[in-house]
Amino acid sequence: MMSKSKPDDRLIKLSLLMVALTAITVLAVITIFIFEQGLPIMLKYGLKNFLFGQDWYPSEKSFGLLPMIVGSLLVTLGALLIGVPLGLASAIFLTEFSSRRLSRFLKPVIELLAGIPSVVYGFLGLMFLVPFIRENLGGPGLSVLAASIILGIMILPTIISISIDSIRAVPDSYREGSIALGATKWQTVRMVVLPAARSGLVAGIILGMGRAIGETMAVIMVAGNAADLPASWLAPVRTLTSNIALEMAYASGEHRQALFATGVVLFVIIMILNFLANLAARKQSGR
Amino acid sequence: MNSESKESGEKYRQTGFQSFFQGRPDFHLNCRTVTGILYLAFFLILATFCLMSFSACKSGSKQNEIVIAGSTSIQPFADEWAELFMKKNSKVTINVQGGGSSGGIMAVKEGTAQIGMSSRELKEDEKDLIEITVAYDGLAIIVHPANPVDNLSLEQVRSIFAGEITNWKVLNGNDKAITVVVREEGSGTRGAFQEMVMGSRRITKKAIVEDSNGVVREIVSRDSNSIGFISLGLVDHRVKAIALDGLQPSEEAIIQGHYHLRRPFLFLVREEPQGLIKEFIDFVLSADIQSMLPQEGLIPVKTIATEESFQD
Repeated sequence: MMSKSKPDDRLIKLSLLMVALTAITVLAVITIFIFEQGLPIMLKYGLKNFLFGQDWYPSEKSFGLLPMIVGSLLVTLGALLIGVPLGLASAIFLTEFSSRRLSRFLKPVIELLAGIPSVVYGFLGLMFLVPFIRENLGGPGLSVLAASIILGIMILPTIISISIDSIRAVPDSYREGSIALGATKWQTVRMVVLPAARSGLVAGIILGMGRAIGETMAVIMVAGNAADLPASWLAPVRTLTSNIALEMAYASGEHRQALFATGVVLFVIIMILNFLANLAARKQSGR
Repeated sequence: MNSESKESGEKYRQTGFQSFFQGRPDFHLNCRTVTGILYLAFFLILATFCLMSFSACKSGSKQNEIVIAGSTSIQPFADEWAELFMKKNSKVTINVQGGGSSGGIMAVKEGTAQIGMSSRELKEDEKDLIEITVAYDGLAIIVHPANPVDNLSLEQVRSIFAGEITNWKVLNGNDKAITVVVREEGSGTRGAFQEMVMGSRRITKKAIVEDSNGVVREIVSRDSNSIGFISLGLVDHRVKAIALDGLQPSEEAIIQGHYHLRRPFLFLVREEPQGLIKEFIDFVLSADIQSMLPQEGLIPVKTIATEESFQD
């Protein structure tokens, strides 16, 4: 691993360091900017009113973000409920049960899903999924359910391809040992392969979750964006990201600052989720 | 298992904070990383150029250039006017930008735009700008064409959008829950609706919120139980405009003062317009342009009696 440092290498090392620093600087600048714009108004109207207020009427100086916080969490949870079982099942099938040729064909196709712009997902959702929900399940169609399904599909490629990589990384000797002990193929997968690949699987789910909570365009199109606590899976919902994107164009003054405050809340929530997920991943890898 | 996939599995094990905090001091270099660096460098340079040209654009307000910014409701029309004006005066550049009513007001105040566009009335603290009405726009309450309801009183509309009437049955329609569709906070269309219809009443939290007239129309045209409001000029065969207190919305009805849901399209300037700015505003107010407005669903300024005294 250790490379002997030739002068040539040192130069590249330095430039790499610069690039890395640039990325960190950008992150720092974004963080400072969001907090600088968003924190003052949160402190002015009270943190409690922002986090637990249920009324979002910026024109009346009422900035309750609770519906959006709940909305973001609900939609992300819904996406994971749909995306994780589907994604893990596909990954297990493609690595352990399908023929090499089939998986060599299917994997690139699944990865292609990741290349579809989110606005296209949103558009398809609006055209087919929303009317389907409206006609068969009731409600306006634009709903938590619609957003969850669309996001669940959008996070599939992330979950599948990372899961595949980590399942493939499990040494074959594990499988051989298990089979030699008399376990069936499925028992081997469930009790040997999946536990061994666990940290990679968790990492895939974390990345999928990150994509789900950050996705904006597709969600705006299918979620209905009502700034109200959703009464059911069929009620419209607004997420934190939608709140910012939806109103930024026309916002001015304190309304604008309140949108930055929305960004602050989103930032903190993502930090917490990431931290928890990483903690879980580290614990489970158990070394 | 080959070593490459093992390595990639290892890579994913090190995510986020973990790898950041464990950050290894030794760099392992290969061809791919070098290409990566080159790409990154390229993008950085590109980004710098973009930023530079952007700031240059901002500061470069020359004598024969006007920047107009604001309401996205007015923007498509302003684009057209600017084009016609530039055809007549080839040396002039008129730059029309969106940004929303509030954005336009801010841009004029800060001087980044010479003319602001607002599709809502100015608030008290914005009144220091000079307003010039360039056209009027009607506001239509729309429902799905299959909806049997085609007349509502202003009070009924208010109750629907306030979330008090929630079923079409009460209004002699089908026994279906009403889906209310509105624009987002801060939009000129919503501001005008709030002012003219709702007064001090709040629009219900349960309302679906969309960020353009087009999307509101799209949703109403697909959901037979929905109701929304959009610019009169944008009403087409896909939706049905509801009569208000028995009066069908139309340009004539607005001109004659029967149909009251109308809002002004405003140009805003900081000081009495001079030179090129005055020329452009005069051009927009000229008979040539004003006579074209009805074809586009707008109402010319002159046709509306000047007593600005519609109160609910």
